[in-house]
Amino acid sequence: MQTPPAIIDIRNLAVTFRGGSRKVRAVNGVDLTVDRGEVLALLGESGSGKSVTLRSLLRLHPKGTLIEGEIKVAGQDVMRLGRRALADLRGGTVSMIFQEPRLALDPVYRVGDQIVETIRRHMPVSRSEARARALRLFEDVRIPSPESRLGNYPHEMSGGMLQRSMIAMALACDPAILLADEPTTALDATVQIQILLLLRELQTRRGLAVVFVTHDIGVAAQVADKVAVMYAGRIVESGHIADVIHNPRHPYTQGLLDARVELAQGSSRLRTIEGAPPDLSALPPGCAFAPRCGRVAETCRTVVPELHSGSTSVACFEPLRG
Amino acid sequence: MALTLTREKAQPAIVLRSPGYWQGVLARLSRDRIAMIALIVVALLILMAILAPYLAPDDPTRGSLARRLKPLGTPGHVLGTDELGRDMLSRLIWGARLSLVMGVVPVPVAFVLGSAIGIIAGYAGGLTNSIIMRTVDVFYAFPSVLLAVALSGTLGSGLTNALVSLTVVFIPQIARVAESVTTQVHRLDYVEAARASGAGSLAIVRVHILGNVLAPIFVFSTSLISVSMILAAGLSFLGLGVRPPDAEWGLMLNTLRTAIYINPTIAALPGVMIFITSIAFNLFSDGLRNAMDVKT
Repeated sequence: MQTPPAIIDIRNLAVTFRGGSRKVRAVNGVDLTVDRGEVLALLGESGSGKSVTLRSLLRLHPKGTLIEGEIKVAGQDVMRLGRRALADLRGGTVSMIFQEPRLALDPVYRVGDQIVETIRRHMPVSRSEARARALRLFEDVRIPSPESRLGNYPHEMSGGMLQRSMIAMALACDPAILLADEPTTALDATVQIQILLLLRELQTRRGLAVVFVTHDIGVAAQVADKVAVMYAGRIVESGHIADVIHNPRHPYTQGLLDARVELAQGSSRLRTIEGAPPDLSALPPGCAFAPRCGRVAETCRTVVPELHSGSTSVACFEPLRG
Repeated sequence: MALTLTREKAQPAIVLRSPGYWQGVLARLSRDRIAMIALIVVALLILMAILAPYLAPDDPTRGSLARRLKPLGTPGHVLGTDELGRDMLSRLIWGARLSLVMGVVPVPVAFVLGSAIGIIAGYAGGLTNSIIMRTVDVFYAFPSVLLAVALSGTLGSGLTNALVSLTVVFIPQIARVAESVTTQVHRLDYVEAARASGAGSLAIVRVHILGNVLAPIFVFSTSLISVSMILAAGLSFLGLGVRPPDAEWGLMLNTLRTAIYINPTIAALPGVMIFITSIAFNLFSDGLRNAMDVKT
């Protein structure tokens, strides 16, 4: 064992929502590791369990949610942390940025005050020290005239500016891990690129481990080192981003790649994956993708395929270009 | 709002030592002309109530059957006299005292208790919410007047008991508003973001829930002041609140109702006072809501 242990280590994670009468298995046996300074993209469509997996790292689920499996983050067993230790982990060691910055910042407080509050929650510093720190963070995330921007209310800022503020807030207490839940989805295309570049730069400079949830394979290619493709609460393919993009082995990954908008030129129609994702409260017995898969075989419908490792790991009985 | 923006853009350097939230509210409020007029009216009414002994030209309880129901502009009785020949102007001035007390006192008390109940229910959710809110609903199911009468009837007549029963009537109404805004706010992303940054339940309630929830509850509560005055008048009429010969606008309105065919202008005067007072409180609360809202 010469390699240092991974900073995020998830083993056999399963998350079940028990709201109402039906049990919904949102995550169904996920294994993941992320090393220090590494960016992992969790890729999948809505309801694939990517955001739920992300929130499990901070145990941010509604009351009554059943979380099973092992989650180790920065050497701590998240499943066994007490209330106090969990609060220290949240925002201290691991912090998170959200999809819609306009909703993720409290509208009735100045942005600067919200950052100061976060800093003082985790660090024993005075108000003025926290303010100075907030100012440096605003400079780090390249907000123009940072001093006056700290005094803005969220509605006085643009979406891109708000997401920068959100990133500043997330980095306020020097976390080792940044969780990003579709942070660029709500932004327009030009701002999106700027935010991605900023995230990549801050990540390299600070040596952050990042888990980046997205449904956009292009965004994943921009930021990630590794990618894990999720479908119906399971990882169907994972590996180095370049390998997965250039040499997809799971039919679902292939489908995602084919469905990119960039590929549809002129009058040619967008290629889509036929069918709809399965109902998570009644998963099929075999591979969850089997009903939509073009390469489906008899075993696919009865047995859940394991994740087999190769150059990329794939959970499929009939992988492409084996 | 446009005004605020230009002001803040004009002097960006002040931000780190920016004026506090309430200073901003006051600044915005002072620019709202209607709210300022309403505030002046409210202030004058309060002043009138405090200075009643000095302002009233006559004893509000001394009547004379010889000068009953004199019209407006009678020499010595500018606003005429009531059905027992008492000077209307003096009675209206004195009446401000009890009317304001009965209109204003129950609301802040109910505001504090109702908000607490509603916020706890909204934040806790689930079973706790159901137990609290269904209990509140039992009270809410009764019409306000009926509930107030039933409570005062049980407690016995008198000013204090009337105030207690009015407070109890308003608590469920405020609690329901508080519960619904809290439930909305507490599902929003910034509450989850706060939790993700390590905030405990207490900090979330204190900072994010209260900060977003108090303004709408506050505005709703100020609108109850006029309702409270009307209800108080009803209680007095039934002999459950203020009793004659004390002057109170609601009570006056009710006793003068017999005179409505003889001298309608006199009979309407207490109503005019109630109208002015409730409009002033409502307009002021509207202005306050706009001034307190930093979101738009």
